[in-house]
Amino acid sequence: MTLPAISVRSLVKRFGTTTVLQEIDLDVPEGKVSCLIGPSGSGKSTLLRCLAFLEEASEGMITVNGEALGFFENAKGERERLPAGQIRAVRAQIGMVFQQFNLWPHMTALGNVSEALKTVHKVPKAEAEERAMVQLAKVGLANRAGHYPSQLSGGQQQRVAIARALALSPKIMLFDEPTSALDPELTGEVLNVMRELAAEGMTMVVVSHEIGFAATVGHQISFLDQGRLLFTGPPSEIFAKPRHLRLEQFLDTYLDRGASMLA
Amino acid sequence: MIFDPNVILKHLPEIISGTGVTLALWIAGMLLGILIGFVVATLRRYGGRLLDVPLGLAVEVLRGTPFLIQIFLVYYGGPFIGISLDPIPCGLLGLSIYAAAYYSEIFRAGYASVPHGHVEAGECLGLTRFQIIRRILLPEMALIVLPPSVNLAVILLKESAVLSIITVPELTTTVSAIGSQEYAFLEAIFLLAIIYWVIVEAAARLGRLAETRLSTFRFAAS
Repeated sequence: MTLPAISVRSLVKRFGTTTVLQEIDLDVPEGKVSCLIGPSGSGKSTLLRCLAFLEEASEGMITVNGEALGFFENAKGERERLPAGQIRAVRAQIGMVFQQFNLWPHMTALGNVSEALKTVHKVPKAEAEERAMVQLAKVGLANRAGHYPSQLSGGQQQRVAIARALALSPKIMLFDEPTSALDPELTGEVLNVMRELAAEGMTMVVVSHEIGFAATVGHQISFLDQGRLLFTGPPSEIFAKPRHLRLEQFLDTYLDRGASMLA
Repeated sequence: MIFDPNVILKHLPEIISGTGVTLALWIAGMLLGILIGFVVATLRRYGGRLLDVPLGLAVEVLRGTPFLIQIFLVYYGGPFIGISLDPIPCGLLGLSIYAAAYYSEIFRAGYASVPHGHVEAGECLGLTRFQIIRRILLPEMALIVLPPSVNLAVILLKESAVLSIITVPELTTTVSAIGSQEYAFLEAIFLLAIIYWVIVEAAARLGRLAETRLSTFRFAAS
């Protein structure tokens, strides 16, 4: 049994007095696709954002390949914040893809993908752009390198965003509802890129409403409801015989919407 | 009363010098105001409540009181706290601070106009806060802050006439003096209006040009 890529222990997240995540324990296996599913407001996106350190967990620990993310437990067992440089170093292993793409509108596709290589890793411009082109080619957009985000379709923008994250060679990729802002017609191209990544053995954590993707590509499915992680298991267990009442209700709503062939 | 252009021609060198002082003070005050205003907006955004509250209060006071009174206070009140400034440095200081208060609000709105997700994308890729400001926030807000900045520049030019009350040898001071000296008040006031208007018009055109050039950045769409 290898070390999990990400390990979450007793994570609690509160916004003010509202607890949005309660006592989450989760291991993300290396080289596998882990999917977080659940109804709106269940906390799945917040959990993913905690993994990206975009939200700071209120309690609990997250380790990435054995290294503490953001906080560590000192000798007295107290939770202590790590220095900013250390946090950046651990975060560097993680790539993040957002629902709203979040491409920088004043940069071309190539500019978006090469930016962090240039400013963060001080790679010379020509080499950074060469490496960025490799990533753009990988998502099938080499011919759109000079386009600005506003000149690209939603699906293309999301693929650029994936290339941007991949350019830094992350060990883990996080996807926060990567197809929810897309026309149904355009989700396919993004999901295909994600399938290819999965096939290459990238460790992925995907928050998605694409139950079909979760069922066919996911290795581990976690079901969240009202801030609790109710169930984690292989897709065969989750989808074929949902033993949890809440999970069953949740999946029924998908079956109603024409996903019955999955059952 | 007959409009006599000879009065103007006779005093042309002084008028040009006065215009020069006005232009210099205006441009320097504006640039300093932009710089300080940007720093203030940035400190208010990232410096926590400890900086945000006092700076916010200062901005409110500066925006809530007439420039005339501010400049009076600095020039005539300054010596009481040991700050005696000559008219020109005093005028520059006053204009810069006044401009900074307004520019800081423009930049505050500029910061707020950039979707937070664009910042988060930068954070996830390891950009430092400074790199995020320089590479993402500033270029993205440029188009948003440009029109109000040009507008404020125009207002500042006109406000700079107030500096005549502390005897800064700028355009209004010079031309009014010529008017009294030659008993040619109409000519003087008319000339003043024309010169200010020409500079304002030039500034506005420059601003529009910059706007067009920036918007060809093509990112207005998304």
